[in-house]
Amino acid sequence: MFTPLFYLLRGHGLDVSLGEWMSLLDAMDKGLHQSSLTEFYYLARAVLVKTEADFDKFDGAFLEYFKDVKTFDALPQALLDWLANPHKQAAYDKNEVDKRIGGLTPEQIKQMLQERFQEQRERHDGGRYWVGTGGTSAFGHSGYAPQGIRVGGESRRHSALQVAAARNFRDFREDHVLDSRQFQLAFRRLRQFSADVEGPKEELQLDETIQKTCDNAGNLELVFGRPRRNAVKVMLLFDSGGSMWPYTELCTLLFQTAVKSGNFKDLKIYYFHNCWYDDLYTQPSCDHCDAIPTEWVLHNIKSDYKVIVVGDASMAPYELLYKGGCSDYYVYNEQPGLDWIRRTAARYEKMVWLNPMQQGQWFSPYGDNTVKIVSGEVPMYPLTIQGLEQSMKYLVSARSRKEKRTG
Amino acid sequence: MEQFQGSSQYVVSEELMRSVNIAIALRKPLLIKGEPGTGKTMLAEAISQSLGKELIIWNIKSTTKAQDGLYVYDTVQRLYDSQFGGAGVNDIEKYIKLGKLGEAFSREKQAILLIDEIDKADLEFPNDLLWELDKMEFYIPETKKTVRALERPIVIITSNAEKELPDAFLRRCIFHYIEFPDAQMMEKIIRVHFDHLDDALLEQCLKTFYEIRALRGLQKKPSTSEVIDWIQALQIGGIAPEKIEREIPFAGVLLKKNEDLDTLRQKESPRRTRGW
Repeated sequence: MFTPLFYLLRGHGLDVSLGEWMSLLDAMDKGLHQSSLTEFYYLARAVLVKTEADFDKFDGAFLEYFKDVKTFDALPQALLDWLANPHKQAAYDKNEVDKRIGGLTPEQIKQMLQERFQEQRERHDGGRYWVGTGGTSAFGHSGYAPQGIRVGGESRRHSALQVAAARNFRDFREDHVLDSRQFQLAFRRLRQFSADVEGPKEELQLDETIQKTCDNAGNLELVFGRPRRNAVKVMLLFDSGGSMWPYTELCTLLFQTAVKSGNFKDLKIYYFHNCWYDDLYTQPSCDHCDAIPTEWVLHNIKSDYKVIVVGDASMAPYELLYKGGCSDYYVYNEQPGLDWIRRTAARYEKMVWLNPMQQGQWFSPYGDNTVKIVSGEVPMYPLTIQGLEQSMKYLVSARSRKEKRTG
Repeated sequence: MEQFQGSSQYVVSEELMRSVNIAIALRKPLLIKGEPGTGKTMLAEAISQSLGKELIIWNIKSTTKAQDGLYVYDTVQRLYDSQFGGAGVNDIEKYIKLGKLGEAFSREKQAILLIDEIDKADLEFPNDLLWELDKMEFYIPETKKTVRALERPIVIITSNAEKELPDAFLRRCIFHYIEFPDAQMMEKIIRVHFDHLDDALLEQCLKTFYEIRALRGLQKKPSTSEVIDWIQALQIGGIAPEKIEREIPFAGVLLKKNEDLDTLRQKESPRRTRGW
């Protein structure tokens, strides 16, 4: 049952396993969905989806699968008016009502409700036949009936499709461009850097030593291990040019999180406008007094630094391709910007470019394909949680730089 | 079947209640994620209270190993005893001490096991517990004995999402994300904590609280526990409701970081220095 939903969910990028699907079927076997679409929605979500980042994908798939399921048609406004301001429950004989309505099948009740919709012309409260409030018919609200259909009144729960359609979890989608809270979460992924892979075994492992010694019947045996320390060194290059203004807050956050994390063995930060040439800058304003020769940087910052460039790579083609193309009037560059990018990329083992622009806009007319040229030189990722994660994976992977990311 | 309905001390949303009951019915661990201060840890207490079952809490720290939850073989004590001629050194079982998971397994009545803040531990930690949580048993090689759960405990796991949990682990859990309560829900929660509360005060507090939460650039947003502390402070201080929005007294109770307090002040200042 529902097997197409399984494939639909997978088609929407949810990695639902067969085991989880079986759990869902098992749960339905136990009746946990209580034969209601709403309950089924929550049940399926709890069993199948394991991160709030995927709730939105789930909602999307769920909507698509159940889109043809008709909930109630909208009630006529007149009817709703009759049902407003409910009357107090009128006196009634519980046995009589139970006998009258208790035996009806859901189909009969539905049928009766359809008839009432046709017949009813005015408000009725406290009665036993019409759709109204405070009475004992099988329809309406604020009344008594052993079973029936609530019409109007305050809804205590939303229907599943309403909940899914609201898509409250859109913000958590991993392919969404980052904002502050998500940013911190994403940056935690940088801890993937942490690993005790480098360095000699020099730290005494007390627990293991005791264990070994005791295994050895009391003869001391020392066990050493590698200290846990992050060996990764990072160089951040920030574009602080004009076209980056819309992303200022985003970049500030990236910057702050990177500095604060204190996670790296070393962190160097330099700035540039649109593209870098003979000089990089130590301050985001890129004033001449803060200039530092790129040559010096390439020479002194060793090749095992991981380079992360943050920029939109959108500029006038001449800034990238021509001598003297630098947008700063007072600076003349002997080599085109692209050469500098190539030199930097050649110098460092791992280098990525994070682009805060939405990926769909990368190759827009405005970018005039400088994005394309740059991404041909340096692997480029969107500055989203997913993009950041992928870029981090690339930075720590063992693959050589020559095998470029495909696609 | 036992159903969890929330308790007098803990206001539970319908969605959460559903997830808890699903997890109990399917006999799978329930993984609870959510912003700090949304009452993840208190949930286990509420379940234990409402179902009348013993609660066993296993607090996870960055140094916690999976083994700690199962059992600890006190080899040092044994070595010590053997050197100084203590009695019963031959009996290894004497030196096996069950951890929290082991404790939960060995209870005769069904217990509730809370594995609190599982993401604090090493990345591999959840993977090391897969078998134990699946089969609800583990083997002690030293004594060649298997500890098997007499009654499968109800397992609640909380996570602050500091680290990603491994896929294989996630697949075995029922997942619930606690959303930050909206004003209506928050009012309910606060009323559970205070017997007598001035309506005007509460309304003004909540309004200001959600305004502060909506400020952009906060490093740590204030959460439920902070607003409760704040209201308490305001009550004790006898602050008039009108003053709250204007001055935000005791802002330090809500915001714990200097930078955040600065942010708050900056947002206020334009209003105060109008005509500047």
